[in-house]
Amino acid sequence: MIAAAPQLIARLGAVGLLGVIVQTAFVSQLPIAGANADLSPLLVMAVGLMCGSLAGGSFGFGVGLFADVVSLQTLGVSSLVLLGVGYGAGRLREARDPEGTLVPVAVGAAATLAFGVGFALLQFLLGVDAPVSWALLRQLLATLVINALLALPVYALVRRSLQPALPDDPRRRRRRAYTTGGLSPLSRGAEIRR
Amino acid sequence: MYDKTVRRRRAVLGLLVACSLILLTAYFGETGSGALHGVQRGTTEVLNPIQEGASRALKPIRDLFGWFGDTIAAKGQVEELRKERDRLRSEVIAGEIRESDYTRLSNMVELDGALGLEGKGLKTGRVIFQSPTVWYATVLVDKGSDDGVRVGHPVINEEALIGRVTEVFGGAAQVTLITDTTMKVPARAGRRGEFGIVEPSSAGNPNDLVMKFTNPGARIAIGDRVVTRGTEPEDRKQSLYPVGLPIGQVRRIENEGTDTQEIHLRPFADMRSLDFVQILTNPRGGGG
Repeated sequence: MIAAAPQLIARLGAVGLLGVIVQTAFVSQLPIAGANADLSPLLVMAVGLMCGSLAGGSFGFGVGLFADVVSLQTLGVSSLVLLGVGYGAGRLREARDPEGTLVPVAVGAAATLAFGVGFALLQFLLGVDAPVSWALLRQLLATLVINALLALPVYALVRRSLQPALPDDPRRRRRRAYTTGGLSPLSRGAEIRR
Repeated sequence: MYDKTVRRRRAVLGLLVACSLILLTAYFGETGSGALHGVQRGTTEVLNPIQEGASRALKPIRDLFGWFGDTIAAKGQVEELRKERDRLRSEVIAGEIRESDYTRLSNMVELDGALGLEGKGLKTGRVIFQSPTVWYATVLVDKGSDDGVRVGHPVINEEALIGRVTEVFGGAAQVTLITDTTMKVPARAGRRGEFGIVEPSSAGNPNDLVMKFTNPGARIAIGDRVVTRGTEPEDRKQSLYPVGLPIGQVRRIENEGTDTQEIHLRPFADMRSLDFVQILTNPRGGGG
C-alpha cells in the first residue's frame, strides 16, 4: 500500500477530473459499434494497479461521485461500484502483484464488466423498471471490448501522469539496477579489471 | 504494523462504502429541490463552462472520429439499402407476375365460358419449357398422364387454340403448337363456315398460318375468323378438336378463286409468350 502524499493526491485529483471531463465531453459522444467507451473503470483500475487498494478505492469513490454529479445521476451509485473496482484492482496488486504487458487489458476488461454489471444491478435494486434486453447485454459486451482495447493506452497515460509522484517501486528499482549494470556480476568484473 | 495497515484499509473502505450508501439513500429519498440535488446542480453549473470548452476543443477530434464512424455506417447503410432495393424489386416483379397470371387465368375462364368448354375436362397447366429452336414449335407443360392427359388432346390458352399434346409423361406433356410444320388442323372460316385445313405457312413464323384445301368458290373475306371444324375432313368423324375453338383471323388471300387458293391468317394466340394453358382432357365431352 502506498502512503498518501500530497503530490500524489493532487495528481490523482487531476487525473480523475480530466478523465471524467474527457469522458463526458468527448468519449460519451463518440459511439463505436453502437456503444461507448467508458474511461472511468479503466482509470480506476489503472490507479488501483499502480497505487494499491486504499488509493484505488478512494480514487474510485471520488471519480464515481464526480461522474454522478456531472452526469446528474443518482449520487452514490457510480461511487459505490467504482469504489469496489478500485479496491479490487488494488488488492490484486497487493496480493498477486501480476506482471506482464497484458495485465491491464485483462484487469481493464474485468473492471469494465464489474462496473457494468454492478451499475445495472444497483439500478435494478433502485427500482428502475427496465427489462434486461439483448440490446443491453450487447451494449455491455461492446463496451467491454472497446474498453479492453483502450485499457493499455489508458494505463500507460495514467502511469505517465502518476509516475513522478509514486514512491520507487522495489521491483522497478531492482530491475533498473540490474539493467544499468550496477548489480550485475559481469559489469562488476569489468570495473575490477579497469 | 501490518495489522494496523489492514485495519486502516478496511476502515477507509467501510467508510467510503457507508458514504456511498448514505449518499445514495439520501439522494434517492430527497425531492428534486433537496440539498444533494442542489449541490449537484451547483457543481454542474460550475463545471458547465469547463465541459463546454472541453467539448468545443475536442470537437475536431470528435468530428474526425465521427467521420470515420459515419463513413463506416454509411457503407453499412448502402449495403442495407441495396438489399432493400433488391427485395422491393423482387416484390414488384412478383406482384407484376401475379397480376399477369391473374389476367391470363381470368381471360381463360372467360374463354371457357364463352366456348362452353366446362365439360371438356379442362386441366390448367403452366408452360415449363419452350423449345429454343424455330424448327420445333413445342412447349412442355406441367400436366401429364397423372392428370389424365393423353396424346392428341387439344390445348388452348386464354386467347385461342395453340396446339395438341404429342408426348405424355407422368407429370408433364409436350404440346406441339399449331405453328409447327407437322401440324394440320381442320377448320372453317367465314359466315358460311367454309372448310379447310390450317397449317403453318413456313417454319419458324409464329404469326402466319395458312388455310388450304378450301373450296375455290368459298366466300371468305379478310377479317373473317377461323375456328376449328370439329370433324375430320376424311371421314367426317368427330375430331379431337372441339368445334368452334378460335384459331386466327384472315389477313390476306392468295390465288383467290382457284384450286390453289391460300388463305393466310394470323393466329389469335401469341405463341411466343405462352404461360398458362388448358388441356382438354375430354375433348369430345360426355364419357370421352
